[in-house]
Amino acid sequence: MKRRGLLGWELSVIVLVFVALFGGALLSPDFLTASNLSFLTANFSEVALMSLTMTLIILVAEIDLSVASILGLCSAVLGALFAAGWPMPLAILAAFGVGGLAGLFNGLLVTRLGLPSLAVTIGTLALYRGLAYVVLGDKAIADFPAFYTNLGFGSIPGTQIPIPMALFAVLAVITAIVLHGTAFGRSLYAIGANEIAARFAGLQVTRVKLSLFVLSGLMSALAGTVYTFRFASARADNASGFELSVIAAVLLGGVSIFGGKGSVVGTVAAVFLIGIINGALTIVDVSNEILTIVTGLLLIFSVLLPNLLARVRSARERRARGRAVS
Amino acid sequence: MNKRLTVSALTLSLGLLSAVGLAQTGSLKKNLKIAFLPKIINIPYFTTTDNGGLAAIKEFGGVGKAVGPSDGGASSQVSYINTLIAQRQDAIVLAANDANALVPSLKRAMAQGIKVVTFDSDVAPDGRNIFINQAKSDGIAKGQIELMSKLMGGKGEFAILSATPNATNQNAWIAIMQDELKKPAYKDMKLVKIAYGNDEDQKSFTEMQGLLQAYPNLKGVISPTTVGVAAAARYLSTSPKKGKVMLTGLGTPNQMRSFVKDGTVTAFQLWNPGDLGYLAAYAAGSLASGMITGKEGETFTAGKLGKYTVGKNGEVVLGPPTTFDKSNIDKFNF
Repeated sequence: MKRRGLLGWELSVIVLVFVALFGGALLSPDFLTASNLSFLTANFSEVALMSLTMTLIILVAEIDLSVASILGLCSAVLGALFAAGWPMPLAILAAFGVGGLAGLFNGLLVTRLGLPSLAVTIGTLALYRGLAYVVLGDKAIADFPAFYTNLGFGSIPGTQIPIPMALFAVLAVITAIVLHGTAFGRSLYAIGANEIAARFAGLQVTRVKLSLFVLSGLMSALAGTVYTFRFASARADNASGFELSVIAAVLLGGVSIFGGKGSVVGTVAAVFLIGIINGALTIVDVSNEILTIVTGLLLIFSVLLPNLLARVRSARERRARGRAVS
Repeated sequence: MNKRLTVSALTLSLGLLSAVGLAQTGSLKKNLKIAFLPKIINIPYFTTTDNGGLAAIKEFGGVGKAVGPSDGGASSQVSYINTLIAQRQDAIVLAANDANALVPSLKRAMAQGIKVVTFDSDVAPDGRNIFINQAKSDGIAKGQIELMSKLMGGKGEFAILSATPNATNQNAWIAIMQDELKKPAYKDMKLVKIAYGNDEDQKSFTEMQGLLQAYPNLKGVISPTTVGVAAAARYLSTSPKKGKVMLTGLGTPNQMRSFVKDGTVTAFQLWNPGDLGYLAAYAAGSLASGMITGKEGETFTAGKLGKYTVGKNGEVVLGPPTTFDKSNIDKFNF
């Protein structure tokens, strides 16, 4: 029964994606062109990547608010090491190391010390962004080899599909398989639905959560690498505020903020929905402030609506039960 | 019969069209879509540049607009550039937030035939057709000395209150000023001290105080930095030397308005941001009309500002700075 309701939510988001595409086409004749759609999808590739691991973390009823700051830190490290003469593959590897460590630190604070992830990652949101400024100051490192910037900026040869988006597609499929088709994936739902029960059932809750935070850090490192090459610029302030869009996408995709419910399909559809709405509004010159307002409203809407639906449903059930008794 | 009439009418109108077409060579195309993309939208400086540009676009019958981010990040400008490409603008006029991050998107824009003009802050030269430079070091330094000389009657001691000792632009200006002082016209002016306020308000304030105490015969101070000149003016306005020591420099009208009105400062300079936008718009229009390509030596006309020549690396220089005083300061808001 519950499962059915959830699929309904995801279906609605997918339908809304097409409505948004149609609406965009009505707003501007330049919207539904291959090149615009290519820009548009490239524009949210980092948010898309990070939303995959965010889905897993919110599924186990935790949250990681530091994702965009880890992205900025990894971008700064990548740039600083490259500027110091490191070969690019090593610099990228180091950025992943930093991302993994940042995630591990989050995870240890949450699992070993039992601190709420909301508080921990608000702290590290500021901490990692601060470290990024320590590494790079207000400098910008550019002049990356064309081979790498083409990876960030270019499309799959012969198509208009941005390379970062292709990367996202592959990772989304892998995440979906792991989440919906493996014991590990099912254990996430169990932990999110009832952590204590999951512990008693013998699930390694601590270990699972720790690994999710590390995974999230690594994904932010990947997103940071993509971002750095896509803009050919490593800066400490890269992707400031992206955590809002990531969390908005995951919640709009039907993942419950209380854990235990959600799917990769929903998240992917919501990422596209937010991206397309933003793209359609920018092409008709809606200002940036309004776009932020739209993202904020979508976020509230996606938390509020399932809540309201659940209340309506339980009220109806109560009434039905009342009738059955009398 | 009827058909022949149509045909001849058609021929006639074709002939007229080509005549009109001929008459239009050498002037800007109509209905060009030109977009201004400032570093940050809705701040006074860029509102002034953009309005200057939009006025110019209106003059030559184009369709202008100003869009831009509310934060100074390079990535936000990239998505605006991508949108402008999708909207098939004829030209993009931008002040770059990052010299390199924007280049790939701008190259993509140029590959689709969109002309790119930068102003205020340039990108790497392969990312744009023309850069409108607000002022050459030469023009600023000479303009400042000329103004100082006029204010202090061409005679006496004066000092410079600079930013930091290693600021490239400041040092370039000071070197040119020192050269300029060797000219016979300035032979009675003596530069007694170069002080550094580090572009900090407090430091500049105390440095100004120090200058007035150390040099009792001081007749003038040039502070070619917006922070320095405002701090110096604040000190001078409460000092007994007000009206005796002439202060000038590079400042913005909003910072300096009260000091000009209360007589602390007679005149100061800065480039006119409205003209900067105006010139950038005409450069974009000329590029999009195919009249220029951005090569060195090409010339174009920029409405009321007159004729400009494209210099090395596709640079066009706006010209000498504008002098602001009691008579014109209220016309500016930035």
